[in-house]
Amino acid sequence: MILLKQKSTLPGFRLALGYTVFYLSLIVLIPLSMLFVKTSTISFSDFWAVVTAPRTLAAYRLSFGAAFIASFINIFFGFLIAWVLARYNFPGKKIVDALIDFPFALPTAVAGIALTTIYSSNGLLGQYLYSIGIHSAYSWLGVVLALIFIGLPFVVRTVEPVLQEIDPEIEDAAASLGAGRLEIFLRIIFPAVLPSLVTGFSLAFARTIGEYGSVVFIAGNMPGKTEIAPLLIITKLEQYDYSGATAIALVMLIVSFLLLALTNLTQWWASKRIGMS
Amino acid sequence: MSLARTESPIVRRSLIGIALVYLGVFIFIPLFIVFSTALQKGIVIYLNSLKDSDTIAAIQLTLLTALIAVPLNLVFGVAASWAIAKFDFHGKNFLLTLIDVPLSVSPVISGLIFVLLFGLQGVFGPWLRDHGWKIIFAPTAIILATIFVTFPMVARELIPVMKAQGNDEEEAAITLGASGWKTFWYITLPNIKWGLLYGVILCNARAMGEFGAVSVVSGHIRGLTNTLPLQIEILYNEYNFTAAFAAASLLAFLALITLLIKSLVEYRFRSELKAVRKQGAH
Repeated sequence: MILLKQKSTLPGFRLALGYTVFYLSLIVLIPLSMLFVKTSTISFSDFWAVVTAPRTLAAYRLSFGAAFIASFINIFFGFLIAWVLARYNFPGKKIVDALIDFPFALPTAVAGIALTTIYSSNGLLGQYLYSIGIHSAYSWLGVVLALIFIGLPFVVRTVEPVLQEIDPEIEDAAASLGAGRLEIFLRIIFPAVLPSLVTGFSLAFARTIGEYGSVVFIAGNMPGKTEIAPLLIITKLEQYDYSGATAIALVMLIVSFLLLALTNLTQWWASKRIGMS
Repeated sequence: MSLARTESPIVRRSLIGIALVYLGVFIFIPLFIVFSTALQKGIVIYLNSLKDSDTIAAIQLTLLTALIAVPLNLVFGVAASWAIAKFDFHGKNFLLTLIDVPLSVSPVISGLIFVLLFGLQGVFGPWLRDHGWKIIFAPTAIILATIFVTFPMVARELIPVMKAQGNDEEEAAITLGASGWKTFWYITLPNIKWGLLYGVILCNARAMGEFGAVSVVSGHIRGLTNTLPLQIEILYNEYNFTAAFAAASLLAFLALITLLIKSLVEYRFRSELKAVRKQGAH
């Protein structure tokens, strides 16, 4: 096999790789390529008209904007939670640690109806927010709240292992040389976790820009105001406007892929930096 | 812990406090709301709402979907992780990136691509119509979209586990004359069983809970093409909150079981990994 970098005594490489590529093509690559096939049948002016229509732009703005804000908020609190879990002990820590992945394991529709119930005007938290004039449901804020829920585990689970791996002796050494706690944090801990924060942010961002189930219940779905891009795709499909749906989807897909590339680049940069020091 | 490495008790307690409040608002309260709303009118109404014939049909379709999607992705996951973890080949990182692609595709787009393939205006649409086959707005498309969405779940869990085990044991078995399948069955499988279990459980939870992709291809025909998450949406939009949350509680319970198994697997895996490392040190 030309593909193999070195000869192996283990059997099954051809079969395993062959099946992997076959199944990958059948389930993922061929269906996904339909997006490009379909786009190629749309004229550029039609494509441009769809993706720059005011309603589409408003939907992109909401999907990308809310995902950005939610992921940004999650960077701070996700880091704090990862810090607490990696460094401190408190009663119930094991349960808390296990529940971090709850948003990842919970079906999005369940999350959607639960969050809407909590944040609507007579909900558990919504009643207080509405009484001070904050409309936490059926608004862009509701979208952000749902996306915070969805993105949280991605930040915590990316940062936590990095925090655990920081060699305590370096901190001891810095302290014995007279560095204060804040200085140690800013000059040793923070630079070490920075790449994982960037990775965590882009993972959460990539996951939340296309999010549908948890958002659609709480968003309000007013065209041009609280309508997310995935919902606009569904609306176009229901009107049998396959071209319009495809055009909107393609732009979202390209943004997701760029983010994926950025994540891989950050990881490569981080591993290179660690290798150098 | 030395003094240099820890904060004053006040700082520590405030940080723990802030973390718990944030988690409380975004995780504990939603979890609590699902079960409390489901049970707010008592256990009898809760159980009765689960006996609704449309809900039962939705549960059956959800089970059927998972029963097909999970084994297919399991076989793929084992094949992919054998190739990726045990061999070093050109293009491996690219393959890994491709395997992760479904994770960064919006669920709605995951449904859309199957409409573009099999819908009436799709590539195979006219041909399917002429032969009297229906894929979109039928269980077939629901199963296909679910396979797409949960595609990387088993592979992603298995690859790191198989990598961590190394090749030594398998190479010894092969050198001693065992066949490839025998080596896999008696050496590899016992080593990866915990990672495999968690991968399957996670894949299953995702398959049973998928909403966006399935919503696009389902057609929402009551009793026929509604999975449990779609049924939850219908009940909720009809303001039948107790029934919606009763159905939701089943999926939330499944999520909790998934997390429990994850914690157990991580615990087992960590102690086994420690044992392996200890042996290596001697």
